[in-house]
Amino acid sequence: MKTQTPLNFVIVGHVDHGKSTLIGRLLYDTNSLAPDKLAEVKKISAEHGRETEFAFLLDHLEEERKQGITIDTTQVFFKTQKRRYVIIDAPGHVEFVKNMITGASQAEAAVLIVDAVEGVKEQTKRHSYMLSMLGLKQVVVVINKMDLVDFAQERFNEVCSDIENFLDSINIKPNYYIPISGIKGDNIANKSLNMDWYKGLTFMQSLDELKNNPANIEKDLILPVQDVYKIDDKRINVGRIEAGKIKTGDAIKILPSNQETAIKSVEKFLEETDEATSGECIGFTTQDSVFLDRGDIICRSGAEPVVTNRFRANMFWMSRKSFSIEQKLIIRCATQEIRCKVETIEKRINSSSLELVEENSDKLENLEVGEVVIKTKKPIAIKKFSQVQELGRFVMILNENIVAGGIITELD
Amino acid sequence: MSRSFDHLDKLENQSIFIIREAYSQFRDVALLWSIGKDSTTLMWLARKAFFGKIPFPVLHIDTTYKFKEIYDFRDKYAKEWGLNLIVAKNEDAVASGMGPDKSKFECCNQMKTIALKQAIAREKFKALLLGIRRDEHGIRAKERVFSPRDEDFEWDYKDQPPELWDQYKTKAAEEEHLRVHPLLGWREVDIWDYVKRENIPVPELYFAKNGKRFRSIGCECCCGPVESDADTIDKIVQELKTTQISERSGRAQDKEDDYMMQKLRSLGYM
Ligand SMILES: Nc1nc2c(ncn2[C@@H]2O[C@H](COP(=O)(O)OP(=O)(O)O)[C@@H](O)[C@H]2O)c(=O)[nH]1
Repeated sequence: MKTQTPLNFVIVGHVDHGKSTLIGRLLYDTNSLAPDKLAEVKKISAEHGRETEFAFLLDHLEEERKQGITIDTTQVFFKTQKRRYVIIDAPGHVEFVKNMITGASQAEAAVLIVDAVEGVKEQTKRHSYMLSMLGLKQVVVVINKMDLVDFAQERFNEVCSDIENFLDSINIKPNYYIPISGIKGDNIANKSLNMDWYKGLTFMQSLDELKNNPANIEKDLILPVQDVYKIDDKRINVGRIEAGKIKTGDAIKILPSNQETAIKSVEKFLEETDEATSGECIGFTTQDSVFLDRGDIICRSGAEPVVTNRFRANMFWMSRKSFSIEQKLIIRCATQEIRCKVETIEKRINSSSLELVEENSDKLENLEVGEVVIKTKKPIAIKKFSQVQELGRFVMILNENIVAGGIITELD
Repeated sequence: MSRSFDHLDKLENQSIFIIREAYSQFRDVALLWSIGKDSTTLMWLARKAFFGKIPFPVLHIDTTYKFKEIYDFRDKYAKEWGLNLIVAKNEDAVASGMGPDKSKFECCNQMKTIALKQAIAREKFKALLLGIRRDEHGIRAKERVFSPRDEDFEWDYKDQPPELWDQYKTKAAEEEHLRVHPLLGWREVDIWDYVKRENIPVPELYFAKNGKRFRSIGCECCCGPVESDADTIDKIVQELKTTQISERSGRAQDKEDDYMMQKLRSLGYM
């Protein structure tokens, strides 16, 4: 069997709704647990005075075990007959939202877990909102702990309709809604015998239906310059092709300088090549001697991203210190890094309830989303997030730390 | 590119991107080479990233208890690949006769962690490239790609910076250095598949002799071999696909105490 590409997915949801248990169950049902690991979990569970808890597998840190909460992003591997998976376990606790975002930003699909008894809670909503902001399109909703509601169809429908209303308002259309019990295994690998009324796929079947992110090959070329090396008196520019493809001889345009030249060579160590496509890290030289720098964007004349110094964005603040509008920030978008300020905060939004906190504000608190206008000191090459994610998303840096993430909604 | 872009290509490109990102951010970088399969793969990727000429030092922390094969391998390829190799030891601890017979924990701490601290202080490295993988050990799953360590080398795993869309943390003033982990998303079997595809040399210890081989290599005194007849990469890959024993089960650090690894690691262990 060739090493086919695994699917990366994240499991999100409110704390205690059953993420860790579900993951443990998946590992168990797919026979992915090494006997020494299983023995370790049994031993630890016993030491902590509990029955075998699958959750201990993931919550691998001492303190975490004691507190009983998942605190960071963990990756777990398993496979079904169809393919391999990487699960990114995202913590449900509010303090760890930035870990949840870290996890979810690496995922191609998301599983949203909701407790059948508790229904939609604060983090259920906030996490869903983050999924929508991160541009995740494939979502499976599982309603967990069905054993605690007597496997009742009415309760399932009730919770589904609550969550559907909310997801609809943030533009997420889930692929599946599945009633499960992580602890008992209902509808995980095998169809539940307790829920005859449910005719849909099991959780594992639903995963097998999800798709890997397509490469951006068909889009217009975007190649951000990452660095320039001098090797044996030759200047080699390096970067990762974020969209499209290039080959030797192609005419290119360099932003923001607007210089035009052509590709002289495509360079890879130990490989003879004259072309490369989206996803590849390459070196290249140009026909004219232009001096490139980190942050330059290589594109094709007539298909350029917009070069501007003002745009509209949704910005998610994730630092305990609140943001005040006088503060200068550094924006990083692909390899571009430019000083900027937030000109206006048109709306301040609570990321859990999605309620408007304030209009025309001058600050953002931790975990609030701002609809903002950003002004950069120098021109920046961007696209709308809905067009090309790689040039439509950014992070903000303050005192060397990433304090916010955002997506570009409108170009000026 | 003639081959279609597969899983290994994806991993390779992601790693090269991270290695270049680390060099672009810091310049004063070193690659920590334990001479095992992972850090040798990392070296291979760094050679690709810099077209055969790694522009920073390669650091080997020498506990003096490594297998002879490891030293031979190191010297051979340091020469062949034109590496700027720095070998660092905790000379005081070596002189005082530190060894696993005293205490395994203290030996690891003195000979590895303290030796590494000394080397970083001496050479003023701002970032270290490490070949750790998430699937190695539970605690490693908590790692970020760019992971800050403070001046006491401590890893504050509870309050890690967010990492999204391949945007990584840069160094802040109060922090000692950053650890960069380009192989975080690789699995053990990916490493072997890649070693085979690229024909990367690895020490002979990994291949079975007389029914035993090492899955993970470190110090001669604290590494146990596993039962195995896998004397080729293909057989190793086959073995990994069927085995249920986890990779580091031969390692003393992991077994001795349930949390020894965590304690070592929060003290700055690799
Ligand atoms: N009855 C029942 N309890 C569950 C189920 N899934 C999880 N739990 C329990 O709910 C609690 C929280 O589960 P955990 O997996 O740690 O939640 P997490 O915080 O989302 O990772 C634990 O006590 C689990 O045993 C389920 O399907 N049925």
